[in-house]
Amino acid sequence: MTNLAKESSTLGGDKHISMTNPQLPRFAPLLVAVIAWGLAALIGIIALGGSIPGIVVVGWIIFVLALPAWSRAIEGPRRSTDRLVTALIWTTFAVAMLPLFAVLTTVVRRGAPALSAEFFTYSMDGVLGEGGGIYHAIMGTLIVTGIAALISVPIGVLAAIYLVEYGKKNRLSQVLTFLVDVMTGIPSIVAGLFALAVFTLLFGPGTRMGVAGSVALSVLMIPIVVRSTEEMLKLVPDELREASYALGVSKWRTIVKVVLPTALGGIVTGVTLSIARVAGETAPLLLTCGVLRVTNFNPFDGAMQTLPVFIFSQATSGGLARYVPFQVERAWGAALVLIIIVMALNLLARVIGSIFSPKTGR
Amino acid sequence: MAKSIDVSDLNIYYGDFLAVQGVNMTIKARAVTAFIGPSGCGKSTFLRSLNRMHEVIPGARVEGKVVVDGQSLYDPTIDPVAVRRQIGMVFQRPNPFPTMSIYENVLAGNRLNSKKMKKSEADSIVEKSLRGANLWNEVKDRLSKPGMGLSGGQQQRLCIARAIAVEPQVLLMDEPCSALDPISTSAIEDLIHELKSDFTIVIVTHNMQQAARVSDETGFFNLKATGEPGHLVEFNPTKKMFSNPDEPSTEAYISGRFG
Repeated sequence: MTNLAKESSTLGGDKHISMTNPQLPRFAPLLVAVIAWGLAALIGIIALGGSIPGIVVVGWIIFVLALPAWSRAIEGPRRSTDRLVTALIWTTFAVAMLPLFAVLTTVVRRGAPALSAEFFTYSMDGVLGEGGGIYHAIMGTLIVTGIAALISVPIGVLAAIYLVEYGKKNRLSQVLTFLVDVMTGIPSIVAGLFALAVFTLLFGPGTRMGVAGSVALSVLMIPIVVRSTEEMLKLVPDELREASYALGVSKWRTIVKVVLPTALGGIVTGVTLSIARVAGETAPLLLTCGVLRVTNFNPFDGAMQTLPVFIFSQATSGGLARYVPFQVERAWGAALVLIIIVMALNLLARVIGSIFSPKTGR
Repeated sequence: MAKSIDVSDLNIYYGDFLAVQGVNMTIKARAVTAFIGPSGCGKSTFLRSLNRMHEVIPGARVEGKVVVDGQSLYDPTIDPVAVRRQIGMVFQRPNPFPTMSIYENVLAGNRLNSKKMKKSEADSIVEKSLRGANLWNEVKDRLSKPGMGLSGGQQQRLCIARAIAVEPQVLLMDEPCSALDPISTSAIEDLIHELKSDFTIVIVTHNMQQAARVSDETGFFNLKATGEPGHLVEFNPTKKMFSNPDEPSTEAYISGRFG
């Protein structure tokens, strides 16, 4: 055994090259973190008057200086840089997560007490102080965004099919792509003004209609649907189209039966995400659908309440001081419901995407 | 069922770029014709011009005549979709439809054209085509599984089954074995031997031995010089081509002295 080891060590050359390197113990980052924030707490209490953000920042500075320094002394410069960059990346991640986490916890904490059976089944009809619900707003949001999706999905998907399959780099498709890009950047209030202007021209001033809100939302939705569908169609390999053509299949049948099914998962995901994106729009709906305290199921007749506008009106409407706490509570509750709806749509998009995506069978 | 193809003075362009110049040949019915030549000499381009797949690429066009069964393929009254129903194609990379099962893939040519057929009729087409492609025994128990789950060689044979399921007159094959291992290659070469009793087969290959093994006639394409269009150097029976070619450049290419 020892003989063999000796022989093999001479095979690669005479000099023994070590591949080991001194390493910090595995708990090193944890140890440094504890010491750093302990030290920071001490400094904070003595010099900063115990301010918690101050302690966090000071502790972070100590950690980012101390851990690489210790590592440099023992492990060498490469490992030290690695530890520094790792610490920085975790910091940016934490900073990015902070607002999201804060928003979620605040909304859940303040909105959860408002949720009750009454909250989901009653409108605000005749309610001033305690009680009332968001049934009318939920129905309004579902109807308005539903009609918006009905308008924008066919237009958006068909436009994307034209851009990818028929208008390959011709003049018209270049102009269309540019316009879609411009439309993506339209501020939502402008879309609302547009819809308001159209319906004022058609039905006279002061018109409030659910469908006007749908039109405003579809102005915002169409570019998103076009863009995401376009990207998905571009991902379908040309080989599949050629395979279909080579079987003597006409172009439109190839698109309907080969290209669209292959891209369906992505298209449905894109559409669902665009619905989630516009479901929370406030400004255009405030302009076009107005505010209403009772349930209205007819999108072609009169104002319609929606969740974002409900939140806005509850949070800003004045009134007697004793009603205000109930209004604020209802606003938080509606905000929580809106977030849940949007999250559910996002989850649904993922599920649908995985159901429709082509299976490899492996 | 099988038809011959007459090509005269064919020039093939990509936009302004002349890719293949002045091709004249007659491809015999019920025989295997192979095209060999260095990369970029226009073999595949020429092959794709035989069933009007060439024009799928934007800007691509063709001058000259391709006559099948007395009809000129590039006549304005000809419907390219109808041409492709008569002249099927198998591509270099296997490309089964990812959303379809093995069964649906074989029937794709019929189903996508909304041909109405009974279940028993469809079953018999699937079985016949898969047997024709030497794949039946391997997949008969999992016809409803996705076509993408097969191995590369099986996928390529699935694509051949799909192409012969619509019963074309001519089968074009663009380097059908270049992505496959030797065993799958040999399976497909055996298949080509069997298929030639029913179909006119045109195959592009980079593998000289393959051309010698499977083909009855061989065409050698080459570039005159870099940047010049490709052209047909020699077109002769395979035996003559590989033993006593007319052109010295053919012999040089086949014996591996250039290209």
